[in-house]
Amino acid sequence: MDLIRVKNVNKQYKNGVTAIYDLNLSIKKGSFVFVIGGSGSGKSTFIKMLYREEKPSSGEIFVGGINVAKLRNSKVYKLRRKLGIVFQDYRLLPKLTVYENVAFTMESIGATKAETRRKVLKALELVGLKAKIHNYPDQLSGGEQQRVAIARAIVNEPRILLCDEPTGNLDPDRSMEIVKVLEEINKTCGTTIIMATHDKEIVNKMQKEVVLLKDGRLIKHLEKGGYEE
Amino acid sequence: MKFFRTLRRSIRDAFKSVFRNFSLSLASISCITITLIIVAISILITFNVQNFTREMEKDLTIVVFLDTDATEEDSKIVMEKLENMSNVESLTYQSKTAIKEEMRKENEVFNEVMSTWSEEDNPLKDTFQVKVKAVEKIADTAKRIEKLDKVSTVRYGEGMVDNLIVAFEAAQKVSYGMVIALILVTVFLIINTIKLTIFSRKREISIMRLVGASNFTIKTPFIIEGMVLGIFGSIIPILTVCFGYVALYNHFDGYLYSRMITLIEPEPFIYMVSGIVLVIGIIVGMIGSASAVRKYLKI
Repeated sequence: MDLIRVKNVNKQYKNGVTAIYDLNLSIKKGSFVFVIGGSGSGKSTFIKMLYREEKPSSGEIFVGGINVAKLRNSKVYKLRRKLGIVFQDYRLLPKLTVYENVAFTMESIGATKAETRRKVLKALELVGLKAKIHNYPDQLSGGEQQRVAIARAIVNEPRILLCDEPTGNLDPDRSMEIVKVLEEINKTCGTTIIMATHDKEIVNKMQKEVVLLKDGRLIKHLEKGGYEE
Repeated sequence: MKFFRTLRRSIRDAFKSVFRNFSLSLASISCITITLIIVAISILITFNVQNFTREMEKDLTIVVFLDTDATEEDSKIVMEKLENMSNVESLTYQSKTAIKEEMRKENEVFNEVMSTWSEEDNPLKDTFQVKVKAVEKIADTAKRIEKLDKVSTVRYGEGMVDNLIVAFEAAQKVSYGMVIALILVTVFLIINTIKLTIFSRKREISIMRLVGASNFTIKTPFIIEGMVLGIFGSIIPILTVCFGYVALYNHFDGYLYSRMITLIEPEPFIYMVSGIVLVIGIIVGMIGSASAVRKYLKI
């Protein structure tokens, strides 16, 4: 069963720029996919369409059974509760502690205090930050902040984790750490992970499923592979 | 259960936000306060004008004078005819003797002069005081009465009454317009001040959207915050109404300029006006913040 199915999708922005041309692909449950390509290749647009920050101009996108293209604004939260999203710039709330930042997800969806506490601690343990739950984001390194963001994304046990250049602001060692954390989540929780990146080293080292985009078109979709192939 | 949890959290967040962004909240509150004071004053004026008009209308009477030679029989016939007129609410008859006695009681000079009058040379006339149902048709009714047999003169304070009615209608329309315009201005001001508060929390809202908070969850704290601002903003206007109006009422002893213009008694009037002001404050705060936050719920 495909968890994500993209059919004949085109995306043209209001300013006339076409970001995606006739995209067709499907992603299986539990896979770890790298979406790669240079700047302007359409990988960010692709990720944004999956969590419906952008709507496709034509075509259909099914994520976990929801037709994203037809989803009404007021119902978007139903989709987002099935997803975790991680960004290049972390997007943490600076006035909240690590614990509060992760708990924010649970509070936003109306979970009880006990459930929130249990899941937040579990998520923070998974990313290896249990010792720093009372720190504020500006007291952490970039890699640690990104791990907090990952904990926030997975705390609600989503089926899919979308990562838009999560290692873009990090040095190679920290980047590798982040990818290892994602791989751990993929293995232990069975979460499907889709990560957009242009970091060749990581892609070549991990040898995972690869989707290569160029100028908005799908060039390759490999079960296992590196950047150069 | 989940609904109440969300609601409780919303109320907590709303109060937190009011005090955390205190300077902005203060700006919104003073905005609401100033406009609500003006709204309250307009409401006080509107109600008083309305009350005064109603009182005046109640007092409006047509006085029908019969001919001096009208006998008791004649008055009975006129009375019957008056009673059959559709616009006549009630009427009272006063014979010329009764009028004479009344006038003598009222004034010493009259008393002296009239004491010499006998029943025959009493120059006064028998009268009917007629109250009408519809004040606008008073001129019509007066004309019809005038045509009756044995009726000499009909008076209802023509020019003055007509002018007063026109003036009060205009005053009422103006004050209604003012109240509505002021409320609209308040909504606009509140939208703008709350937009500032919300702008500083744009990031928070976008993250809430991303992690799957429903629009209801996101909106509710802001709407409650608007209500809280509305409540705080209506405190001073309500105090102004309560103390100000009572002071005014006592100062003028319940009348304005003359015995003709009576003010509405403060109790329970001020409580009603305070209630209206509070409700306007709350609703305006709600509408203001709901429309300010809507913009951020699209992505």
